[in-house]
Amino acid sequence: MKPRRLFAIVLKELRQLRRDKLTFAMIVGIPIMQLLLFGYAINMDVRHLSAAVLDQARTAQSRAVITALAHTDVFDFNYRLRTPQDVDALLRAGEISAALVIPPDFERRLIETNTNTGDRAPLQIVVDGSDQVVQQAVRQLAAVPLDALLGSGNAAHRANVEIVNFYNPGRRAPVNTVPGLIGVILTMTMVMFTAMAIVRERERGNLEFLIATPVSPTELTLGKVLPFVGIGLIQVTLVLLLGLAIFSVPIRGSLFDVYAASLVFIIASLALGVFLSTLAKSQFQAMQLAFFTFLPQILLSGFIFPFAGMPQAAQWLAEIFPMTHFMRLIRGILLRGATLADLWPALAALGAFIVVMLGIAIARTRKRLD
Amino acid sequence: MPPSATRHSDPLVHTGKGDANAIVARGLTRRFGALTAVDGIDLTVARAQVYGFLGPNGSGKSTTIRMLCGLLLPSAGQIEVLGYRIPEQAEALKRRIGYMTQKFSLYEDLTVAENLEFVAAVHDVERARARRRIDALCATYWLQDLRGQLAGTLSGGQKQRLALAAAVLHEPELLLLDEPTSAVDPQSRRDFWEALFALVDAGTTILVSTHYMDEAERCHRLAILEHGRLVADGTPRELEHALPGTVLLIDCANPRAAQTALAAVPGIAAMAQIGASLRVLGTDAADPREAIRARLGAVGIDARIETVQPNLEDVFVSVTRERQGHAST
Repeated sequence: MKPRRLFAIVLKELRQLRRDKLTFAMIVGIPIMQLLLFGYAINMDVRHLSAAVLDQARTAQSRAVITALAHTDVFDFNYRLRTPQDVDALLRAGEISAALVIPPDFERRLIETNTNTGDRAPLQIVVDGSDQVVQQAVRQLAAVPLDALLGSGNAAHRANVEIVNFYNPGRRAPVNTVPGLIGVILTMTMVMFTAMAIVRERERGNLEFLIATPVSPTELTLGKVLPFVGIGLIQVTLVLLLGLAIFSVPIRGSLFDVYAASLVFIIASLALGVFLSTLAKSQFQAMQLAFFTFLPQILLSGFIFPFAGMPQAAQWLAEIFPMTHFMRLIRGILLRGATLADLWPALAALGAFIVVMLGIAIARTRKRLD
Repeated sequence: MPPSATRHSDPLVHTGKGDANAIVARGLTRRFGALTAVDGIDLTVARAQVYGFLGPNGSGKSTTIRMLCGLLLPSAGQIEVLGYRIPEQAEALKRRIGYMTQKFSLYEDLTVAENLEFVAAVHDVERARARRRIDALCATYWLQDLRGQLAGTLSGGQKQRLALAAAVLHEPELLLLDEPTSAVDPQSRRDFWEALFALVDAGTTILVSTHYMDEAERCHRLAILEHGRLVADGTPRELEHALPGTVLLIDCANPRAAQTALAAVPGIAAMAQIGASLRVLGTDAADPREAIRARLGAVGIDARIETVQPNLEDVFVSVTRERQGHAST
């Protein structure tokens, strides 16, 4: 690999891009359009949310409540915790969407509530408010009176579960949508543009000239893909700024983590684009293939439909997609203030995806016409 | 020598510097599925010459050129180009050849200068030398005033000059040109050939494919390809002298009527009307002159028959007809 040849290809690519007004307009136009279109809520019903229990009362009645809530199928209580700090850590890492907290004086609060002598809620459910659908589901659940849940007749009580909404106290939909939108926009533009850019070289006959020169396939691919890394980061910036300006979407984690996660995701999308380019014979086919991978990603990644609500098979399939992992990363960092270290499994999954895709693409690339 | 040791001009790998021949190929064959595009071609191209491939579309010219520069793998046969074994040492060869594709393959959305700068960089032409070369080439190929123009807006002749400039920018020893003049007007074609001979004078070997007879005439040597086979090769003069049959020119009032009348006369391989006369190519057996005179007399056509020098077109028609004769028996 020669830096000068690589640089020459990058420069050529940038010059071509500058003259390609339509692509240029799409780079800026797609983020803005999508941001405005998707800036409004999408709601869905949820089941089997991963959840934790912090039972500080440890009485027969508290266990009955846990069993009753487990039977609603809204929660899967995967964790039994001992300290409130554990709740925080699991939520932040994205391991759980909600935590049921039963205070030590649960029984007394329950009596106070039933006799209207106190206003402290006997139960607390801590919710990951960065997921719109999750908080919705928990709200519905909380509206069910505790006695009905326990099946003890007297159902004429007011709601006695207190919901503590972490991360999105205002329950504003754009706060949830905009971070995910970064993933949607990057997937749409990065995969399609790279696949098309590489196939274009072949379709227009430039490749026949190029492969008769000392240029290596690695230089060519890298040179064509590098400008898109920059473009992807510009798009991330654009969405973050617009999200902040229009919808007041917060950036709770570190900005470095946001860009690091985006960069890894951009590379994963580019790797997918490079792989698709080895399958496509024309730019049109490249576009079709890009779209073919785009739809399942947008539907199964958790951007539109809640991940926890999908059938098991769909969840397994979704684990393959880079966008699924990026959704976890970007929502975690932007909304929950999580760090990359908290979210390392998603990062590792993206890394594995990059290695596999590029591996296949390189194995399929030969410097010949046959 | 293992195929992996191909990146640099290792003297052990690259032994061809002093060879008299730029290209040697034996039994070169390429199949695409059931189709045999190139069928057992033997080829020897001497250095500092223009070697032509003459043949109709689909005769295997492009496929052969692509195999010679390592872009396609041969199905069978041996190739040695500039002393490199192909396809094993194709990467090392690519630094020493220039390849001009049939279709314009530079970037239409880059300017003339940007294209040349890009080509210089991918060929590792050192910056200062690249600047000198680009200036010199722009002057030689009348691109000076077009440097800032997008390649897509150039005329056919201008594009072709740009493509040639790009192919010779790194001063290759061997230039492979695949139908370089197919989309160019006659004056541009003449200029282009002037440029080719200037390169040959400087020691470059040129392999050029064409389907124009006048261009084939200009080659030092040429090979005639048909259906993937090499049906004749030699200098244009050799090929013309080796033509087995006689060539007759029949001057008469109505050449078309004469052609119809002569259709069934034995000993005639082919006929073609050339303006007011009829050019008749005899088969390799006897002189068909008497049979022709008798037939024309019988139908009452008054004609003057003379023997003429065979030209390359006669050779081409003759060898390609022979092959068709083979196929039908």
